[in-house]
Amino acid sequence: MKVFPALASNPLLEVKELTCERDDRILFSGLSFSVNAGETIQIEGSNGSGKTSLLRILCGISNHFDGELFWQGQPIETVREEFLASTLYVGHQPGVKLTLTPEENLRWYQALEGLNDFHAVDRALEKVGLAGYEDVPCHTLSAGQQRRVALARLHMTRAILWILDEPFVAIDKKGVAEQESLIAAHVNKGGSVVVTTHQLLTLPHQVRRISLDKNELRGRKSA
Amino acid sequence: MPNSDSGDSRLKPRGIFLVALQREMLLAYRRRSDIVNPLAFFLIVATLFPLGVSPDPKFLAQVSPGVIWVAALLATLLSMDGLFRSDYDDGSLEQMLLSPRPFVLTVLAKVGSHWLLTGLPLALLSPLLGVMLFLPVEGTWALVISLLLGTPTLSLIGAIGAGLTVGLRKGGVLISLLVLPLYIPVLIFGAATVQAGVLGMPVGGYLALLGAILVLGLTLSPFAITAAVKISVSN
Repeated sequence: MKVFPALASNPLLEVKELTCERDDRILFSGLSFSVNAGETIQIEGSNGSGKTSLLRILCGISNHFDGELFWQGQPIETVREEFLASTLYVGHQPGVKLTLTPEENLRWYQALEGLNDFHAVDRALEKVGLAGYEDVPCHTLSAGQQRRVALARLHMTRAILWILDEPFVAIDKKGVAEQESLIAAHVNKGGSVVVTTHQLLTLPHQVRRISLDKNELRGRKSA
Repeated sequence: MPNSDSGDSRLKPRGIFLVALQREMLLAYRRRSDIVNPLAFFLIVATLFPLGVSPDPKFLAQVSPGVIWVAALLATLLSMDGLFRSDYDDGSLEQMLLSPRPFVLTVLAKVGSHWLLTGLPLALLSPLLGVMLFLPVEGTWALVISLLLGTPTLSLIGAIGAGLTVGLRKGGVLISLLVLPLYIPVLIFGAATVQAGVLGMPVGGYLALLGAILVLGLTLSPFAITAAVKISVSN
């Protein structure tokens, strides 16, 4: 079942000769890879190897880098709006307001994406196991539940490329399995996922791994 | 469409400005004590000033326009640091930046709500301070109107400083240094409006100047604020 329109031969996102330097320390240099439609890429690396920096560059927040980024074959600066509308980033701090309820948080996420669908919010909350918590402020929820509020976005979004930074932190085993099946479904529809996690992903399809550790800088393929 | 089996139930998206404004109001309502802070400061200054300097009505009538304006300015500055702080800390700010909706409107909604919760109450409260500081009655209207025109400018300019310093651990002092020089014209014309009102002179010219500064701020500062926030977030 391909839901996203078949895209031209261009990869979704292409990274060419990416170099990132932080505090006079080169995190990675000459990094080139592309994200194709229907592909899952896991970014690996030890702590401080630059995984988060890379994801922040990929999603367009950070511009502290040398190199080029292409969205569907075009330089990313020229198609920024289209790129933003097609990308979803969930970072370490996912922007969940603790004084707002899960429902209000999701409504805001929808507004940011230009959506306005009350039923989708209810459905998303139900799917991440937060049904019944719609009206309690998020600060009364546990860390895992707060994380689930952020991940509920994945059930509502229309973005084709998901960029997830340690999405499974504080999530229980059952929740991880649910998220994995959600990722699998998204990839089945032709979407792409770039994810960093220290956990082993169990997905039905192939996961491409890219390591940022110094001795094995270039992306390598493995099952 | 992915993850949505009811494409028909999709409603028309509402304008991001109004949604953001509504969200800011809701957030402020949930943290009511933060709103009271600048207003309390405003009132405390007006209460302590006569005790510290002189309770003489004649003297107070002379200085009250300036004192009230300075107090309003400092109260605004005091609340400025928090404008982007919590959104920066919890990642909301980067999500706003990554939204395909115009970031400038989201930012303007934040500044607008800041004014609605700080500048507007200050202006509405100012007649009370006028009475406490023996401001001649003739100056009251000039005071309220000058604050209504001046405080939005203070919010807009302050937001540039708040945007620039939000990424720093301790931006509090720096924001004052950055923003205060730009506040001075507003202060001068604001206080002069009230002086003119007290003396029974026409205030139209001063108000026009305050209005012109406001228009300048409204048209130019949104770009400066957006750029400032982008620099802070991308670091």
